[in-house]
Amino acid sequence: ILSNVPQETPKKTKFGPLADQDRIFTNLYGRHDWRLKGALRRGDWYKTKEILDKGVDWILNEVKVSGLRGRGGAGFPTGMKWSFMNKPSDGRPKYLVVNADEGEPGTCKDREIMRHDPHKLIEGCLVAGRAMGARAAYIYIRGEFYNESSNLQVAINEAYAAGLIGRNACGSGYDFDVYVMRGAGAYICGEETALIESIEGKQGKPRLKPPFPADVGVFGCPTTVANVETVAVAPTICRRGGSWFLSFGRERNSGTKLFNISGHVNNPCTVEEEMSIPLKELIERHAGGVRGGWDNLLCVIPGGSSTPLIPRHVCDTVLMDFDALIQAQTGLGTAALIVMDKSTDVIRAIARLIEFYKHESCGQCTPCREGVDWMNKMMWRFVKGDAQSAEIDMIWEISKQIEGHTICALGDGAAWPVQGLIRHFRPLMESRIADFKPKQQAHA
Amino acid sequence: MFLNNIIQKLYFLEVARHVRSLHQTSARAGAGGLFVHRDTPANNPETPFEFTPENMKRVDAIINNYPEGHKAAATIPVLDLAQRQHGWLPISAMNKVAEILGVAPMRVYEVATFYTMFLRQPVGKYHIQICTTTPCMLCDSDSILEAIQNKLGIKVGETTADQLFTLTEVECLGACVNAPMVQINDNYYEDLKPSDIEQIINELKADRVPPPGPRSGRFSCEPAGGLTSLTEPPPGPGFGVRPDL
Repeated sequence: ILSNVPQETPKKTKFGPLADQDRIFTNLYGRHDWRLKGALRRGDWYKTKEILDKGVDWILNEVKVSGLRGRGGAGFPTGMKWSFMNKPSDGRPKYLVVNADEGEPGTCKDREIMRHDPHKLIEGCLVAGRAMGARAAYIYIRGEFYNESSNLQVAINEAYAAGLIGRNACGSGYDFDVYVMRGAGAYICGEETALIESIEGKQGKPRLKPPFPADVGVFGCPTTVANVETVAVAPTICRRGGSWFLSFGRERNSGTKLFNISGHVNNPCTVEEEMSIPLKELIERHAGGVRGGWDNLLCVIPGGSSTPLIPRHVCDTVLMDFDALIQAQTGLGTAALIVMDKSTDVIRAIARLIEFYKHESCGQCTPCREGVDWMNKMMWRFVKGDAQSAEIDMIWEISKQIEGHTICALGDGAAWPVQGLIRHFRPLMESRIADFKPKQQAHA
Repeated sequence: MFLNNIIQKLYFLEVARHVRSLHQTSARAGAGGLFVHRDTPANNPETPFEFTPENMKRVDAIINNYPEGHKAAATIPVLDLAQRQHGWLPISAMNKVAEILGVAPMRVYEVATFYTMFLRQPVGKYHIQICTTTPCMLCDSDSILEAIQNKLGIKVGETTADQLFTLTEVECLGACVNAPMVQINDNYYEDLKPSDIEQIINELKADRVPPPGPRSGRFSCEPAGGLTSLTEPPPGPGFGVRPDL
């Protein structure tokens, strides 16, 4: 009877560490030549013409099979997103926009791609652009990354000179241009519609969606906005096969990812690892462990500042991928770990994050502009303890009123850290409030 | 003049802040200053500003990056070029950019006030921007800020009397694994200890620009205790490539 059941290949249960031969970003640490010669030696631009000749459907299928999910924080399935552009042209050119406005606190992975491996990004633009039928790519890089954008522009010039992009890119008959656009200091321009507004030369204020960028984007034309890492891994996926990429990580969370580990670890670093690697193993293997030993860990922010923090008991067992972290009531985001040990004043750390969101709010919609400012003022009072216990519930309610009621996700990004703090560190907040009253009375 | 003095004092008050636990937020004054423009002798519509011929060529190259009829898209790069030429952005530079791009001046004012890198007040020769967002804060950016303030004798938002250094506090600069760090003009100085930043300031005072990057001995973002990945030489072209390509 059981012979009717088809044989399943055993599911992978152990994730990480990644073997060097499976790593995509082989010049992550900049030890090799980042220019065209070095890139060619490391396997970039190999058989790009053949990939382009395979056509739109083949490339989109490879990306879909690979299970690649957006690496910019939202984790939207990339194959699906790029296929939204796969519609007949109505006369308007299509554009690919690469989001290199890396501003999320904790995140510094795209910087390494752009200064040490820019040719992966350029080739990715070409392959992704071909898959979408795009006419050109705009790489929007944050203004503070001057040296990184300089490396990128040099690499682009080399690619043009070698005929790899531009007219008849790689000899495939496809014309494709790549432009670098430097931003001028606004975290909100990392939001896709704000980025489009910024490219158009306006204030970076997000637009309402719908209409989505795939219908009306930059200059009114169909556009896809993709993160640097998502675009840069596309050629390698096409070369080595979508199923190779799928072999890493759990189901629906496949591939490799660049992790940034910062904060109270012994060796803060950026490292490329397999998705679904246990958080504890990631920190201990690559970042030298938590300062003072694993038992000295207080909490970790797993995916850049917009994700809620997770306390020590969750960190013991959680896997670093999209689904596992959502189950832990947080998110993978950009996979930028901010590790905090027991010496941290976690309330001050979160208050500083809310201040960051207050400064970076564009000011368009009331819940974010007023609500985040209000949360900020309250958080700094919580740092001192100069508050009432009932205000903890009040700030929770404010954060719930901001979350989901704004034009873009910055409101959510500001609300979640506060919710994470209250969810896991409420006793600390209450004790600080209780300690403050006698101190205040003593001064009076 | 009296009114202008008050406005300038208000500006500095709003930007200067306490950094340690008794933190006070500044009034919402927008990106590093008042949104409203007040004419001063150094900053008024008659302040001379013209792009050099070399920079005009760059302006044309920038405009060429964008499709026909979308010159407005060049606003941010051209304003940045104007700022690099002049050192900061007087209102006459903004008017000039508006004229070149064929947009209403208000559109350029909107952009110049929205983005934090556009400096609408004069700055010193070396603009020290220290990141104090949480990942850098966890790695003790407070001591770096204190070291700079003690060394230069200025507070956040102020410029030294010899117009050499301006100190501002900025949000996340995107170098979190190399915390704490500062940005001076276009360069990042990372992995700092207080003695490092004092050394950097000494070099700048002697008119030598130190090389950017981590000060702790490592090259970029690798783990300081030794490589834990990419220990083998990278594979060459064709490695692992599927056979049907």
